[in-house]
Amino acid sequence: MATTQGTLKEVCLTTPVDDTALRALEIGNIVYLDGVIYTARERVYQRVIGDGEMPPEDFTSLGNVNFHCSPAATAKQDGTLSVGAVTATASFRFSNWMADWFRISGAKVIIGKGGMSGKDYQALFVPVGAIYLTTVGYGTGALLGRGIKRVRSAHWLDELGIAQAMWVFEVERFGPLLVESDHTGQSLFEVNNRSVNQGLAELYKGLKPLSLSRYGETDDRERELI
Amino acid sequence: MIPIQLIEVSAHELMTRAGIDIPADYLSGLKAMAEVEEGDLSSFVLRAMLENYEAATVDRRPMCADTGVPRYYVKVGNETQIEGGFVALEQALRSATARATHDIPLRPNRVQPLWRTDYNNNVGINAPEIEYSFEPDGDWIEITTVHKGGLFGTDYRMLFPGDGIDGIKRFFLDTMITFGKRGLACQPAIVGVGLGGSKDIAMVLGKQAACLRIVGNKNPDPRIAELEAELKDLGNSIGMGAMGFVGKSMVVDCHIEVGYTHTGGMPMSIHAFCLSSRRATAQIHPDGRVVHRTDPNWFTAYMRRETVEWPPLKEHSRKFA
Ligand code: SF4
Repeated sequence: MATTQGTLKEVCLTTPVDDTALRALEIGNIVYLDGVIYTARERVYQRVIGDGEMPPEDFTSLGNVNFHCSPAATAKQDGTLSVGAVTATASFRFSNWMADWFRISGAKVIIGKGGMSGKDYQALFVPVGAIYLTTVGYGTGALLGRGIKRVRSAHWLDELGIAQAMWVFEVERFGPLLVESDHTGQSLFEVNNRSVNQGLAELYKGLKPLSLSRYGETDDRERELI
Repeated sequence: MIPIQLIEVSAHELMTRAGIDIPADYLSGLKAMAEVEEGDLSSFVLRAMLENYEAATVDRRPMCADTGVPRYYVKVGNETQIEGGFVALEQALRSATARATHDIPLRPNRVQPLWRTDYNNNVGINAPEIEYSFEPDGDWIEITTVHKGGLFGTDYRMLFPGDGIDGIKRFFLDTMITFGKRGLACQPAIVGVGLGGSKDIAMVLGKQAACLRIVGNKNPDPRIAELEAELKDLGNSIGMGAMGFVGKSMVVDCHIEVGYTHTGGMPMSIHAFCLSSRRATAQIHPDGRVVHRTDPNWFTAYMRRETVEWPPLKEHSRKFA
């Protein structure tokens, strides 16, 4: 299903997201998700990839959407888990894990904050047909929290803690998210950076250089520092 | 005497308000930006944020799941007396933090830096931080909590007098562009600039400027206020908006605080108080009255004093001469 919001196209996807739907996405599309998504970040990656331990639940039942996130959650006295808000965490720190993670988990969609570099998309995402969705804002924790209808489970909660555990959410109209990288490996951020970069030299014009510089400092402001 | 139980309960309420309800000044600042933003992606992001604040308030859930690092700013009057004294006060603030983390819920963000020990309550060594200031009159206590995002959008640099306003602008642009790309700073933000003092004070002043002054507030020194406006416009002319998309929404407002510094230096810090500009203040009186507000009113004339004596009246100093 697709509608438009201003000049932007809106798409609703059901998880696990199939390849046809993935290939139809373009950078800058607004996405909402229905189905099951799970969280995994450095400690889960370490456990599965580094220590070779599998999650208590099979990856096929977890769907194919990996959210780089740690929720604001609490274990209530009756043992149920409740989630208030959810916000993504910066993904560029995890790129070293992604090749193994795609292979082991079969994930096809990564949701996170800030995206990864175009190089990473070409090297890691395109070969397995995966795409990247970025959360919006990035502080839309309350809206995303609304989209979580049920916490199905939280694996390794005792060992890894609330922030790093593997949370499995049943979601409905979970979003908004934006397609940051599509199946061709383009990056929406990099496309925008290129436009912004064009005006940078003008901004600095006439400002005299600083008297003391720093080791490793670059004056190439078109570069990203991630 | 201010009852300690009242302080604990009020601090818990502050944690809740800060985490859930976006302050009115920031909200109207952001709405004004959303109205003039022309970049389609940047403007979509701003509209989503406005929806998010509403969802948070209606559902009573945190506006952002990243709690940031909750902390307190405490102002006490010269005549204030607290039941149990300052040790009891600090314990009450720690207890309120731990309870609110569980009740709201907030994400337990605080871990020991080396072993990553996590008590799941946002309390630990030096956490939450508590900073103090004083007022000459008054028997009340004012508690402000701030939940500021932690990782990006802040930098420090030692500049020198010869670098001048150019140097300030250059470092301002550098920081905005570095952290603005991909929206790592979660802009548009209230940007605080600390100028002067020693390194640590430059950092403290800049952070307080970002977190404890509201949108629309100006520095009382007209020349500093002019520089605030100039830096705000400069940030918004980068060509970058929310999430680093093409646009012009970077700086909701810019606040500068200064401290007298070493004659050879001009240390400068920059702090972006993110899209979740979470702050809440309560003034608690000995008769049990609690007045809630979102303006911390931290930088009083007394705090910015330049003179030896207070009040800075000629007659007054003569009296002591
Ligand atoms: S910086 Fe962004 S993600 Fe972090 S607390 Fe602020 S709004 Fe939330």
